[in-house]
Amino acid sequence: METATPISTAEPKLALSPWQLFWQRLKRRKIALFGGAVLIFLYLVAIFAGFISPYDYQRLDRDRFFHPPIWPKLEHFHFVVPRYEQLPGDFVYRAVSGDTQPLHFFVRGDKYKLLGLIPASIHLFGSDGNHPLYLFGTDQFGRDVFSRLIYGSQISLSIGVIGILLSFSFGMIIGGVSGYFAGATDTVIMRVCELIMSIPALYLIISLRATFPPSMTSAQIYAMIIIILSFIGWASMARVIRGMTLSLREQQFVLAARTLGQSHLKIIVRHILPNTFSYVIVAATLNVPYYILGEVVLSFLGVGIQEPSASWGLMLNAAQNTEYMKNYPWLLAPGAAIFVTVLAFNFLGDGLRDAADTKSL
Amino acid sequence: MNLLEIKNLKMDFGKGANALRAIDDISFTIGAGETVCLVGESGCGKTVTALSIAHLVATPPANYVGGEILLNGQDTLKMSARELQNIRGGVVSYVFQDPGASLNPVFRIGNQIKESLKLHRPEKADDAEVIRLLKLVGIPAPESRIRNYSFEMSGGMQQRVMIAMALASEPKLLVADEPTTALDVTIQAQILDLLRDLKQRLGMAILLITHNLGIVGDMADRVAVMYAGQIVELAPARELLRRPLHPYTKALMNSVPKLRGDTNRLSAIPGNVPRIGNFPPGCRFAPRCPIAKPECSEKIPELLEVEPGRFVRCPFWKTE
Repeated sequence: METATPISTAEPKLALSPWQLFWQRLKRRKIALFGGAVLIFLYLVAIFAGFISPYDYQRLDRDRFFHPPIWPKLEHFHFVVPRYEQLPGDFVYRAVSGDTQPLHFFVRGDKYKLLGLIPASIHLFGSDGNHPLYLFGTDQFGRDVFSRLIYGSQISLSIGVIGILLSFSFGMIIGGVSGYFAGATDTVIMRVCELIMSIPALYLIISLRATFPPSMTSAQIYAMIIIILSFIGWASMARVIRGMTLSLREQQFVLAARTLGQSHLKIIVRHILPNTFSYVIVAATLNVPYYILGEVVLSFLGVGIQEPSASWGLMLNAAQNTEYMKNYPWLLAPGAAIFVTVLAFNFLGDGLRDAADTKSL
Repeated sequence: MNLLEIKNLKMDFGKGANALRAIDDISFTIGAGETVCLVGESGCGKTVTALSIAHLVATPPANYVGGEILLNGQDTLKMSARELQNIRGGVVSYVFQDPGASLNPVFRIGNQIKESLKLHRPEKADDAEVIRLLKLVGIPAPESRIRNYSFEMSGGMQQRVMIAMALASEPKLLVADEPTTALDVTIQAQILDLLRDLKQRLGMAILLITHNLGIVGDMADRVAVMYAGQIVELAPARELLRRPLHPYTKALMNSVPKLRGDTNRLSAIPGNVPRIGNFPPGCRFAPRCPIAKPECSEKIPELLEVEPGRFVRCPFWKTE
């Protein structure tokens, strides 16, 4: 005899949190996921720069200035690195046929510090000294462009994220305070924002740069660039958050929080600002490129990151000569890296925006 | 000593020539464990009066020009911001009309109740206490409900959560501002039952704001009827409902639809509620009053104790 089947054996479906809903909508946007994957890859490379780059970013090869890219070849199911020899004339190189050495993985090479802490010397790949592997060629000092690109991404990519964190948290607090208290506070803060926004960004950047001493250590310059870019960036964020706060402060849950005896600052931080997160996350993603480009501009103008440190803007600075551009186009590799990064951020940001829009499906 | 004592409270919106008198000479008391109802039409100042108790109306635009609000003997209008934060929630808690809007949509309800606990009873700010509170207000399966967001609950459940939040701090006075208006009738009855039950169990006083006279009969010990920023009648609930004295109260009770009788049209009070800033001189109800006399429009009548415990703002209350 059959037993009666229960009416429903299904597990009660747990309601999804807003973040889970957000993720479900984001998953359907492949191009955004692609952008996100590219970014994760780029940031991982930046974090493990020392391990992935075959050489130290300061290492000079005095025999090979402006060397064109050297790519490993596949021979008998093994990667081998050809040897190049310099021909008479200006930096003309030719591969020596038949003279190759195998490409090695996990080889010992230049010393570096993994994550800036752990001393190490193992690199992902490398070859012996007479058969150097310059994937993107070398620059005017015979430094490996590929290695410098990877080390440079540490500066260029982190400036975007740290700059956004700094300027957005500042902008959110200021905007929240401005919108929450309204009245005279609001008027003063908003006029200051408009003042900052009304000055053309480039002039502001350069005049702000002038307020700092001309010679600084790399770390100081790095901090200075972030401060300058954040100083310019917070105002527009503050204005948008202020507008959202003006409407949120009238919500009953704000009054409810006040009836519980919650302080103004906590109401702003805990009740109002979290309601703006869906906007902020999207805006932050779409704004990171401006900070990356800001560093590029500063370094390109020669007031940003200084030699021998590596950043994408500084490397492009070396390529601004048209003759270099014509004869040694591999020096433009950082431009391609910037292009890919900015595009990836925009793909991801667009997808986040669609996913954060609760009206979309 | 009464738990709450409002004496001759006067409050304007705006200052100087633009001042609009929103609350005019309001006085009433609430004893410990008592339920007082504040009744009146929309815009007559009920909510503003209730919010004033914990000084929750922003100043400016509000401007308290006279009177005092003694909560446990201390004037809340003179308190510092720090003292007010302790009073809010600690002594007086609020429940509002629209529970969906009163809960923050980006937090789980358990965390919101915990926020109230952290502020007033930090030693008990844990899940166990939140679950106990949710049980207290009759939410089934509270262990799983604490992880819900407000928009995943029905209106009645949301209101129960709001009440749990208000109770978390163990207040002496619960101000419920039309707590059932946004709910349907069966849920209304449940929420009112809950409030009555909690009042008995926890011994708190309730200030219930409503424009539903049925709720008054159900819940109140005493009633204050407000009209255009003034209390026009203050009386024990039973007596007021059985024998209203002020012409406005009478008219209000006449407007309640009756199930029996052969009237086929609702009786309404002629005219409109005067707008704030545009009050008629003298008695504010005079233009709509069936028994108004010419002298009614000359001087604002006093709120007089005409019988023990019964106050009426009308010198002609004996007129039938």
